[in-house]
Amino acid sequence: MSVPPGYYLALAGLMFSVGVVGALTRRNAIVIFMFIELMLNAINLIFVTFSRMWGHVDGQILVFFVLVVAAAEVVVGLAIILVISRRRGTANVDDVSLLKW
Amino acid sequence: MIDLAPYVIALPLAGALLLMIFGKRIGKAAGIVASAAIGVPFLLALAMLVDLLGLHAEERSVIVTAFEWIEVGDFEAAARLLVDPLSIVMVLVVTGVGTLIHIYSIGYMHGEARYARFFSYMNLFAASMLLLVLADNLLLLYVGWEGVGLCSYLLIGFWFERPAAANAAKKAFIVNRVGDFSFLIGIFVLSASAGSLTVGQVNAEAGGMAAGVATAAALLLFGGATGKSAQIPLYVWLPDAMEGPTPVSALIHAATMVTAGVYMIARFSPVFEASGGPALLVVAWIGALTALWAGLLATAEYDIKRVLAYSTVSQLGYMFLALGVGAYSVAIFHLVTHAFFKALMFLGAGSVMHSLKGETDMRRMGGLRKAMPVTGWTFMMGWLAISGIIPFSGFFSKDAILASAWHEGQFLLWLIGAVTAVLTAFYMSRLYFRVFEGKLVTPGNLHVHDAPPSMAAALLPLGALAVIGGAINLPGALTLEVFLEPAVGHSEVPGGIVPWILGAIALVAGVAGIAAARFLYALPSGQKPLETLHERFSPLVNATQHKFYVDELYGRAIVLPGKALASFCANFLDARIVDGAVNGVAWLVGQSSWALRRVQTGYIRNYALTFLFGVVVAFSLLAFRGVL
Amino acid sequence: MNLEYFVFGVMFVMALGASLAMLFARNAVHAALFLVVTQVALALGFLLQGAFFVAAVQIILYAGAIMVLFLFVIMLLGVDTREALIDPLPGQRPLAIGLGGLLAAEILWVAVRGVELAAGGEDQATALTELNQNPGNVKALAAELFSRYLLPFEATSVLLVVAIVGVMVLARRIGRVPNTGTGAESASGSDKEGAAA
Repeated sequence: MSVPPGYYLALAGLMFSVGVVGALTRRNAIVIFMFIELMLNAINLIFVTFSRMWGHVDGQILVFFVLVVAAAEVVVGLAIILVISRRRGTANVDDVSLLKW
Repeated sequence: MIDLAPYVIALPLAGALLLMIFGKRIGKAAGIVASAAIGVPFLLALAMLVDLLGLHAEERSVIVTAFEWIEVGDFEAAARLLVDPLSIVMVLVVTGVGTLIHIYSIGYMHGEARYARFFSYMNLFAASMLLLVLADNLLLLYVGWEGVGLCSYLLIGFWFERPAAANAAKKAFIVNRVGDFSFLIGIFVLSASAGSLTVGQVNAEAGGMAAGVATAAALLLFGGATGKSAQIPLYVWLPDAMEGPTPVSALIHAATMVTAGVYMIARFSPVFEASGGPALLVVAWIGALTALWAGLLATAEYDIKRVLAYSTVSQLGYMFLALGVGAYSVAIFHLVTHAFFKALMFLGAGSVMHSLKGETDMRRMGGLRKAMPVTGWTFMMGWLAISGIIPFSGFFSKDAILASAWHEGQFLLWLIGAVTAVLTAFYMSRLYFRVFEGKLVTPGNLHVHDAPPSMAAALLPLGALAVIGGAINLPGALTLEVFLEPAVGHSEVPGGIVPWILGAIALVAGVAGIAAARFLYALPSGQKPLETLHERFSPLVNATQHKFYVDELYGRAIVLPGKALASFCANFLDARIVDGAVNGVAWLVGQSSWALRRVQTGYIRNYALTFLFGVVVAFSLLAFRGVL
Repeated sequence: MNLEYFVFGVMFVMALGASLAMLFARNAVHAALFLVVTQVALALGFLLQGAFFVAAVQIILYAGAIMVLFLFVIMLLGVDTREALIDPLPGQRPLAIGLGGLLAAEILWVAVRGVELAAGGEDQATALTELNQNPGNVKALAAELFSRYLLPFEATSVLLVVAIVGVMVLARRIGRVPNTGTGAESASGSDKEGAAA
């Protein structure tokens, strides 16, 4: 008797929510990025769970794609953070409020 | 050849556009181009007339389709032209007199800065007028109707640097607008009751209309005619319209445009007949009163062009009198002869002004016939024609009108007409004697020269036409009347001894007017009685010289309330309510934006929060609806 | 209570605990390390569900490469960055927590109730086990990846190249004097600045 997929999904949902709350409350850009990674990981767990549920490997392949996108996103995002902190001397997102009128 | 009817309109229109766009480059040739653009249609019209005469009398109504114009459901208004005796007569008058006046203008407008523009407007006017008379449906007719109004405005205000000209143009346009509004409503009434706007349909359905509807439609159409044809109460614009160049006065405000109302009523005579009397009676009475009223005003005017303007109003009144007693072909007859002699006299007056450096006050001129023989002699032809002296053209047409009124049993109208005939002869003779007879008087002792060749080229044919124009409808033969009969119906003329007596009375009236004027203005012995008369009737003279205070009355009764209303609209309605609403909306938006601006913190985290809120809401909605 | 449940329990506590710890870690390095723990736990979850290859990739790529990159950047910008405890945006934190809680509740509700309604479920689990045994997990993955998913797979390679080029463009310095303040200013100071802006 294996663990029902609902449990995994519940775990993924909780992790995702934690990621959301973290991304919204933290101000350090790098940390926000980590929470975004956390959300992506939660999604990966969901994909793997569904892969088991349906009995084929398509879900796992999607995990690969998520990984690739996450990698690309992290690289570009961290580069942007680097440039910003170089020019403005901070990685605090509240200091980067250029969107404000 | 009748199929060429669209080109009669298209040629002057093309001329107008050509001169409008390339006017500067064409330069001095503009006058010749414009004259050709109206002269060729005249030849076309002659050819069309020949074709029309070749047809059987009952078949002389040809519809030429230029193109399909409006088609909406059952409603259709194709650009169709109606060529029938009535319209061809009008086309001939417009193009014939128009060509002569165009040629005259070559000399008259010589050296004018906006030479090409003048001819462009003239051609545009001719095109609009031809559209008006050839149109087969009321909508197309209305296009021409408004077109001539526009050209009239443009040409009265041609010398727009002069405030008087600009104001006169505005006055003409606005007064005409009153009439046009009435005309438009009339068109709507006809459209609703006849279900069609074509001439044939409307006239065919007119008989079946309720008398009330027909009366309303007829009076509304007549309202339009009073504006365009300068009848009481909308005649006030025409004297002021004399601010325009004299050829304009001759073409538009004497020969053609002002007759549009006469033409229109003759065209839709069945509608007037269908009202069973009241509408026609109104037309006749308004016409007769206008004739008398304007005749009185003309006797006190010293400006030669304004005398001619009042004379035009008065003669138009005659035409409406003829229409009102059902003598449509007689009205058209008078329209034609009037076009000849009035255009002639305007052009003669223009020639006088041309040589006297723009002087129009008859008190500062005299004895000009010897100094400028062509102008003087041709003007004399016009003077005798309008005074109703046999055998000049005006005698026949005016006599026919009076005879028709008598025959209809409208003796009072006949009496007014006869009195007006005396007045007409009187004021025209006063003008003629003061300007052309007696000792040579010129302002500042100018050297007077006669009309240059191009002007003489127009004066001479018109002079000849003023003399022999009556020949087209001599009593007994009635050529024009027979020709027009299929289009406007038969008009009864009394037989026996009566017409001879009436003709004699008309002739006596004319001679009496001339004699009185000669006594008072030409002979030295008339000086004293004239002064006595002026003293005896000084209130009347005074009132006449002030144009019976009609302009002042309109100013008080209509313009002032209008201005007050406009001021109310501008200062209260517009400034407070409309602007207030607009500003209020702006203020509201500004205030709410100020409140909403707080939402736009500029912090990405904050925006992401609203994003999350959206996700939660969407999720909840899906969950509640049982999708998940 | 068999072994799988036990391992799942350990993994559940590890993953959720570490992610919650991330929330409260004021130091970025600590947060990164907690994230590594989460990812290792997730790799365990993948293993439990028969996704062996993905589990390996998760450890190597995520917990290895990406997290090293994170730590590298943190070091580059200064380790001693601490966030102020008070959020300058009024209402941001409570609203975020409230809405996050709602989201979690909703997902849980779906996970518990919705999945049972879905077709498949337990019966299909054995199919994956068989697949892992017969061609093997990696072989099965590879067969799919290089046949049906070939085009997306190639597209991801383009994506990676673009990302690499983009990062190089972003990160190079064009003859500019290097900013002396590589270490970020204190967070509290910049917070005031942010509030003023």
